[in-house]
Amino acid sequence: MLAVRGLRVTYPHAPRPALDAIDLVVGDGEVVTVLGPSGCGKSTLLRAVAGLVEPESGHIELGGRDLAGVAPHRRGIGLMFQDYALFPHRDVGDNVAFGLRMRGDRPAARDARVADLLALVGLSGAERRAVSTLSGGERQRVALARALAPSPDLLMLDEPLGALDRSLRDRLVHELAELFAEVGVSALYVTHDQTEALGLGHRVVVMEAGRVAQQGPPAEVWARPSTPFVARFLGFTNLVDVEVRDAMAQTPWGPVPMAGSDDGSTVLLVRPEAISLGGGTGAGSVRATVDDVVFQGGQWRVVLRIGDLLLEAVVAGSWTGAVGPPLVTRTTVAVRIDPAGVQTLGDPALPTGGAPR
Amino acid sequence: MTGRSRWAWLGFVVPLAFLGVFFVYPVGAIIVRGLRPDGRWQLGVFGDVVSDPYQRRIVWFSLWQATVSTVLTVVVALPVAALFARFEFRGRRLLWSLLLVPFVLPTVVVGAAFLALLGPKAATGIDLHGTIGLVLIAHVFFNLAVVVRTVGGFWGNLDPSLEDAARTLGASRWQAFREVTLPLLRPALAAASSIVFLFCFTSFGVVLLLGGPRARTLEVEIYDQTARFLRLDIAAVLAIVQLVGVGLVLVVYARYQQRRSVQQVLRPRREVAHAPRTRGERLFVAGVLTGMAVGLGAPLLVLVWRSFAAGGKPTLRYWQALGASPRGGTLFVSPLSAVANSLAAAAVATIVAVTIGGLAAWALARRGRGTGAGRAATVSFDAVLMLPLATSAVTVGFGFLIALDEPPLDLRDSWWLVPLAQATVAVPFVIRILVPVLRSIDGQLREAAALLGASPAQVWREVDLPIVFRALLVSAGFAFAISMGEFGATVFLARPDHPTMPVAIYRFLGRPGALNLGQGMVLATVLMAVTAAVVVVIDRVRVGQLGEF
Repeated sequence: MLAVRGLRVTYPHAPRPALDAIDLVVGDGEVVTVLGPSGCGKSTLLRAVAGLVEPESGHIELGGRDLAGVAPHRRGIGLMFQDYALFPHRDVGDNVAFGLRMRGDRPAARDARVADLLALVGLSGAERRAVSTLSGGERQRVALARALAPSPDLLMLDEPLGALDRSLRDRLVHELAELFAEVGVSALYVTHDQTEALGLGHRVVVMEAGRVAQQGPPAEVWARPSTPFVARFLGFTNLVDVEVRDAMAQTPWGPVPMAGSDDGSTVLLVRPEAISLGGGTGAGSVRATVDDVVFQGGQWRVVLRIGDLLLEAVVAGSWTGAVGPPLVTRTTVAVRIDPAGVQTLGDPALPTGGAPR
Repeated sequence: MTGRSRWAWLGFVVPLAFLGVFFVYPVGAIIVRGLRPDGRWQLGVFGDVVSDPYQRRIVWFSLWQATVSTVLTVVVALPVAALFARFEFRGRRLLWSLLLVPFVLPTVVVGAAFLALLGPKAATGIDLHGTIGLVLIAHVFFNLAVVVRTVGGFWGNLDPSLEDAARTLGASRWQAFREVTLPLLRPALAAASSIVFLFCFTSFGVVLLLGGPRARTLEVEIYDQTARFLRLDIAAVLAIVQLVGVGLVLVVYARYQQRRSVQQVLRPRREVAHAPRTRGERLFVAGVLTGMAVGLGAPLLVLVWRSFAAGGKPTLRYWQALGASPRGGTLFVSPLSAVANSLAAAAVATIVAVTIGGLAAWALARRGRGTGAGRAATVSFDAVLMLPLATSAVTVGFGFLIALDEPPLDLRDSWWLVPLAQATVAVPFVIRILVPVLRSIDGQLREAAALLGASPAQVWREVDLPIVFRALLVSAGFAFAISMGEFGATVFLARPDHPTMPVAIYRFLGRPGALNLGQGMVLATVLMAVTAAVVVVIDRVRVGQLGEF
């Protein structure tokens, strides 16, 4: 459906390109999420595909059609804006009907389509409501209905849930996933929230400073982050700089086998679940000082100090029994780090992982 | 707070008293003098004037030329407003300031500039003197800044993703503008065009200098009936007709303002504007800038050039004659003393206008968000204060002339007449600049200061004063520029041996001879330089983009 090759965008007077060497594919009916911090170029990517910014170089194809030089209104791409960009001088119905009117649909056909879409997003009968009377969640739905109304070949969404609070967001992620499946639309979805990206996307593209850092199915990206940046952005904090000698990583808690790793310095990721507290012997056993214990609701986050190294572990909270913290700070505990939960991250300069299909 | 509330009435009473004495009373006197010449109402003259085809033509001309001028101004201003709203380019800020120069430029100077550019013996070889076209062009030139700055300022905060959203929904660039941007700009457009309409409807100096015998507005006719034919009754009727017209426009505008109210999210400028990216955008920016340079620059440059040129050759003759006062000359005094008169009158007018306007703005800002009867009172207070802006300066000057000539206020030969009239004209501008700034002072800022331990007096000194002080400077600059250039009222009131610069320019240009023309151009150049300097300075001092004009 959408194929982007070697896309590069530079804004005037900007020190570096906003996008560089972007390769990206969205298949038919596929939902691809683009994950990255603010300023990584993910919004620019959407604007370039929509034709709102002119690329410096690269190709953008939609359904086999080269989009170079095609005006935004002739691209057949729907874009849902970060703050929705609902027209404040038109009511809900006229907002949703805008794209239909632009392409010259008859009023009767328009009204029917608007009613269908409002039903789809759960806002039946809201046609004559003023935009200013809508809540944040309702605005989001109207914006979605408006973008979907002209049946675009590709739907793009720019942080559509960014302005909403946590609980509403979690519910809407679920609803959006169902809705995408129901409509069967191809979608490119931009977000800085990893739960949205992993929960919605058939594939995830992680971006860093205008480049693709890693792309692949969500489970694969989660299981094998390819760079420290990706790992950190997915929420992993236990990154350890180590030396590898003879396929053994020299860690503060002893040597860890790293089959297939070349000698030299690299970065290890230690999954918090791989750290077990209170005993165990054998490989990976070490004594650590409890630096901090933070209550997180369902679990406790425990910060451990091994020499100069700080590692985070999680301990399941108990909702029966004792209510206090499971550990006391500044005490020493026996810790075992399961070698199976320790993995190398690739060379940060080389994006790896799932190739575009 | 109680200490300040005790004096709150001052903010209402003093401006109202000033307005009563120096606006309502004189204008009322016109009505009485014209329609009740000998103690009995004589409304017959009303019928005579209204049924006179000559006068009806003048009313009709005033209306349609104002309409056409307004439409033309908006059409020319929209691309310029788009340029400032959407693009970042070198020199943008300075240009934004300089835009104001034509607007604060005295009408007489604008008239002189267009005479030099498109008048008899013009540099361009085109003579449009006495045609309606020249009046229309001058009106566009004069009022462009009102539309560009009002509409452009608003446009510059309009969320650009709205237009982008329309594009992705299948709207062409033009459709996106027509369907989304234009409707959202409508309130700003309505505000700007009603002001432009009023300025053109009551246009005086420009029409007087450029219009010739065929193009005459009510304002010019009022002046002639008073000063040349001494027909105060006809002048009074015409002034009433004009006041009614102005009032109608204000009412329509106020009603429109109430009905529109689209809630919108405004964006900071840096999120809206960007450097031109595409070829089309660069062409647009270059094109509009070139157009501005030619359209706004040429008349002003010609003015300067003519002050240095005699018969196509450069000369310093006219500048050297600045200090001379030849016997039997056009002025009874030297041109230089006209400069001194202007400066003195403008300085006094500025002090008066800022005092009165400041008090009124303070009162308005304090009561800004009241409800019910209090709100209605505030709104009418606001409207009353705007009246002088909408009333013609000639009406004010004429009113001064016939009202302030007997005890207890006999100012007939007083030097004070001129600055007081100028202050009356300038007060609405001062209020319009101060009120938004005063209202904008964030309540949270004061609360934050108070929580950090500032006493009420300290809060005022540390938070309010620095912001207010700059706004006061800006409004003072504006009042000064307006007073310097004030012509309509001053031409009635300035004594022959005490002309201000605009009056002197008018007299120079009204007489034959190269020396008169050259000296008129010299004075116009000086006046332009002074107003331009004031405008550039006040735009630097301004806090953000707040305030109208």
